[in-house]
Amino acid sequence: MRDKFVVALAVAAGVLLAFNLYRIFLVLPDEALQGAIYRIIFFHVPAAITGMIGYFAALLLSLAYLSFGNFRYDSLAASVVEVSVVFSVVNIVTGSIWARVIWGIWWTWDYRLTSALVCVLIFSGYLMLRRAIDEPTQRARLSAALCVFGCIDVVIVWKSIEWFRTQHPGPVLSIRTGGGRIDPAMEQMLYLNFAAILMIAIALVLIRTRQEATAREIDSLRRIANAA
Amino acid sequence: MAIELRTKESINAAGAFAVVILLLFSFAFDPGADATREIGGGLLWLVFAFAGALIFNRGFARELPNDCLDTLLSSAVSGASLLLGKSFANLLMLLAVEFLSLFVFGIFYDVRWWLRPLELAALCVLATWGISVIGAVFGALTVNLRLRELMLPVIIYPLLIPLLIAAIEITNALFSNRPLGSYELLWGRVLLVFDIVFTALAMALAETILVN
Amino acid sequence: MPQAIELDRLWKFYGDYPALRDLSLNIAQGACCALLGRNGAGKTTLLRILAGLSPFQRGTVRVCGESPRSEKARRLNGFLGHGIGVYEDLSGLENLTFFARVAGIERPASASAHWLERVGLARAASMPVRQFSRGMRQRLALARAFLHAPSVLLLDEPFTALDDRAIAMLTELLTEARRRGATLVLSTHQLREALAIASHVALIENGRLCYAGERTGDMLEDPALLYRLYTKLGAA
Repeated sequence: MRDKFVVALAVAAGVLLAFNLYRIFLVLPDEALQGAIYRIIFFHVPAAITGMIGYFAALLLSLAYLSFGNFRYDSLAASVVEVSVVFSVVNIVTGSIWARVIWGIWWTWDYRLTSALVCVLIFSGYLMLRRAIDEPTQRARLSAALCVFGCIDVVIVWKSIEWFRTQHPGPVLSIRTGGGRIDPAMEQMLYLNFAAILMIAIALVLIRTRQEATAREIDSLRRIANAA
Repeated sequence: MAIELRTKESINAAGAFAVVILLLFSFAFDPGADATREIGGGLLWLVFAFAGALIFNRGFARELPNDCLDTLLSSAVSGASLLLGKSFANLLMLLAVEFLSLFVFGIFYDVRWWLRPLELAALCVLATWGISVIGAVFGALTVNLRLRELMLPVIIYPLLIPLLIAAIEITNALFSNRPLGSYELLWGRVLLVFDIVFTALAMALAETILVN
Repeated sequence: MPQAIELDRLWKFYGDYPALRDLSLNIAQGACCALLGRNGAGKTTLLRILAGLSPFQRGTVRVCGESPRSEKARRLNGFLGHGIGVYEDLSGLENLTFFARVAGIERPASASAHWLERVGLARAASMPVRQFSRGMRQRLALARAFLHAPSVLLLDEPFTALDDRAIAMLTELLTEARRRGATLVLSTHQLREALAIASHVALIENGRLCYAGERTGDMLEDPALLYRLYTKLGAA
């Protein structure tokens, strides 16, 4: 039942993505100032937002594990972090390419890019920590603790952006600016592609969660075999 | 602390390490006086962070032989007190290393760091406390892991980034003898928030991290 | 009769693997319970949970009426695990003084000196533990565990690798502890020594409690009786 859901979700995401790609590359006109490269925004921004949602979800899941002790929360948290790190990297790489074309530099140390990189580093540490611990209960507890520290640290880092001017383009989505800074057709495309990317992310998380549960089962069987 | 005072393992290692790094950097950059004052903050806080990792690794590792950590955990001392105690110990040791480094730094790079002593002292204590708490928490978290020496720096450095940036910005202002404007005070607030939030978090999660 | 230790439907998991299953056991105050079982049965796991060193997932555990992690329970317990629990770089006196201060004993220095005398280490008081012989370390470990006169003593295989002098000292300390009303729980393979001082016996196999009850004369005569009667391996 669950497998069917995952497959259905993946197929739906694929279809939506295909539709979006068609529209992005063949239907929407070039942007006035940036030319063709602006199209990267349709991947850059949704990837960033998906990553951020993922980290926030991981914080809630880690707290849930620490409160209730149910391994499902731990598996979900680990999977969500893993997928979020991937999308954050996509965010950074697409941002880098965009910056190269528009500003002529591969990297700039402005606060938004830096924060994204810090997130990737923190949660890569989380993934490495999970690898270093064999015993599932200990792994769950310690990585949940690190996740809580990491997520709160991310908030502190991100807060800095609000206080300083930055080289990064300011907010353009109408939900933040009240409209008028981005063409409505482009904005709609942005949301559509965000939906597609989010669906892909969720499908990946579900697959990964199943893997975590299986790994725990194998560990348990190994202990039973050793005990006998 | 008594063990540390007797053997001076951590302080010696960390102190020697700090001096060596400062020396190496002098070969790498060979900067003029003005440039030094601008990058001095960054250089110093990087040195402190690296030296700190040496100290934190030893911090809880010292409790492992003979299962002393078990004895402490099952004693009347609470997990939170244990972490707090380790943080204080880390703080004192790291402050000692910082003091030594400042001396060496002043000599090698001809920077007059003693011009604003009170503000520098306040900064050092605030920033080092944040580093010490994170070091204690993750020293405890990684104590039983294989590859502990590798995992600890990988985990704590990204977490310390906002604190290090704040410390560096303020230090640069102090070394250039600039007055501390709203920019620096903003970073001062970041430091304060960092310290308060992570100390509180450490106390709250102490049992989770230590009792496994 | 007040219960020093109450376990109700205790489960401990490593991941999905149950190390302790549905364990229910009451140990009355002043009793001495010998915890028996083969290696890997779960004795050490149980003792660590009672000492507040290990979390558990299901059920309730009460040590002197409180959770094992509570300050009151930790103040009242004394734990002697596999490691001796003292610092190599400090001297015997410094070690005991440190742990005395941790336990909140008044006049820690004199209490430590008294205990060093008691276990026959007075002459080595200022020698670092690193230079102690094996027997000396064992005796220092005993001093450290009994120093704060705990009401609940949790000992994990305490007789293992002790020389005869240390065994005699340990037996004397245990008897004295029982006389002042302390509760003892000790896991052991040394059936004879343990059954001699035990008032109760609990047998664990594969994380499950197979038998719990008073120590009878039959057990004293034939220490392996329990294993034969109650464990699958024994029955084979």
